[in-house]
Amino acid sequence: MELTAGLVWLLVASALVLFMTPGLAFFYGGMTRAKSALNMMMMSFVAIGTVGIMWVLWGASMSTSNEDNFYQIFANPFSHFGLHNFTDPADLLKVGYAATFAIITVALISGAVADRAKFSAWVIFTPIWATLVYAPLAFMVWGGGLFSKDGWFGQTFAPVIDFAGGTVVHINAGVAGLVLVLIIGNRKGFGKDPNHRPHNIPFVMLGAAILWFGWFGFNAGAAATVEQAGLIWINTLAAPAAAMLGWLAVERIRDGHPTSLGAASGVVAGLVAITPACANVSPLGAIALGIVAGIASALAVGLKFKLGYDDSLDVVGVHLVSGVIGTVAIGFLATPAQGAAGLLYGGGATQLVAQVLAALFSVAFTALMTLIIAYPIHKTLGFRISERQEIAGADLSLHAETAYEFGVGGHGGSFQPLHDMITGKFPAEPVDPSRAGATKAQSATGKESVGA
Amino acid sequence: MKLITAIVRPEKLEAVREGLEAYGVQGLTVSAASGYGRQRGYTEVYRGAEYNVDLLPKIRVEVLATDEQADDILDVIIASSNTGRAGDGKVWTMDVHEAVRVRTGERGVAAI
Repeated sequence: MELTAGLVWLLVASALVLFMTPGLAFFYGGMTRAKSALNMMMMSFVAIGTVGIMWVLWGASMSTSNEDNFYQIFANPFSHFGLHNFTDPADLLKVGYAATFAIITVALISGAVADRAKFSAWVIFTPIWATLVYAPLAFMVWGGGLFSKDGWFGQTFAPVIDFAGGTVVHINAGVAGLVLVLIIGNRKGFGKDPNHRPHNIPFVMLGAAILWFGWFGFNAGAAATVEQAGLIWINTLAAPAAAMLGWLAVERIRDGHPTSLGAASGVVAGLVAITPACANVSPLGAIALGIVAGIASALAVGLKFKLGYDDSLDVVGVHLVSGVIGTVAIGFLATPAQGAAGLLYGGGATQLVAQVLAALFSVAFTALMTLIIAYPIHKTLGFRISERQEIAGADLSLHAETAYEFGVGGHGGSFQPLHDMITGKFPAEPVDPSRAGATKAQSATGKESVGA
Repeated sequence: MKLITAIVRPEKLEAVREGLEAYGVQGLTVSAASGYGRQRGYTEVYRGAEYNVDLLPKIRVEVLATDEQADDILDVIIASSNTGRAGDGKVWTMDVHEAVRVRTGERGVAAI
């Protein structure tokens, strides 16, 4: 079979989407405190490892269009185990593209549990979650399952429109993040400790730029025609642009200053919102959707302080909120030229009902399944590091590394905990004399890494 | 001998250094410090959440001086780092029992 231009584009788009996960590592890593920046980035990176392998072994098989499926919920994990038995020459390209989606969805969750998740628990959680939550949802929406045109839901209501992953990726990751926070609890000093503020906003902006770049592959990778590819590209430009301005406007009016973090966050909120809708709304619709998503997410991120759950990097406020907005907006804004028409284009409420029900189903399915997976892990292995490890920082405690080397005498990442000790907020740990040779400050925190 | 320690605004370091050099001070030690006095801290806003930052960045300047020069150096530092606003910092002197130049072993005033 000849390598056509369309398949070459799929190949390139897959690389673009895979690049989003390291981009996400920067987006998240800059938003954490300095002493857990590496751990934050590692949670994204390691998802490429765990989910990448899982996808090759059985994930692709579970989510691929297949007669041999379990009540339209997931396909047989063994029918294409290890990617055998594929017949279409382009199948491996499609599997590779789908793998990058599974990887970043899992990585997105990690932002909710910054600074305190146990790395070993995360490594175990990620492939199980991708198997029992992501792969089934991908099959139900994209693989010919429940929500597709042949599925029970698609037949009863209408096939759900989710072009690139409003339900499968963003609602899914947002709900999973929230459930993890409720299981493992808030960080020490949540809402009070000023050291929880982001340590490197330029990293956040770099990450947002990489995410946006990769998102053109994410949204337009599966485009079937020239018209569709062009529409998706323009929508992937217009919605985040509008969302950035919407978020900045909220900040200017409410807080007095438009912030860099707000601009980066607005771009991501707009990208999230346009993801499911990118092939089904007009460019003007994309602008409207972007503005709404930017404003809504900017207002939503403050709720965690009022409600008291420490969704550290706002996975809920950005991905769940804008994911729901994008998914539901299709019911209003879908143009008849691209298939089913939304309410505002004279298509009636059929599509809107289908979109709302699909969003609700995703929330319920993911919440229940994530609870079933994460709670036993937390009760047996423990999903959270100890208080002493948290004070020393996840980088030193879990990885025996520090992100930065800028202190006198090589304090590196222990620069921050040292400040905590000076201010008396946290008691200093006793120094282990066996760690002689290190400076005082280093051995006070360095001890943590040995026992961890 | 005296040890003069000054906590100054970061942006005043160059003025202090130039003033000390003009006076004839041969060397000094500078380190990053953080703390607060009567001016207290400031507020940063991230995604709408306000963080009160109590510890402000400051520069600590340390100079060794003879007993005779100590008061003059104190005046040089004050003159070069004063802005008249809260947050200008503090400067103080302490007695030093001994000082040694590591390279030559010279002691006392000769080591300054």
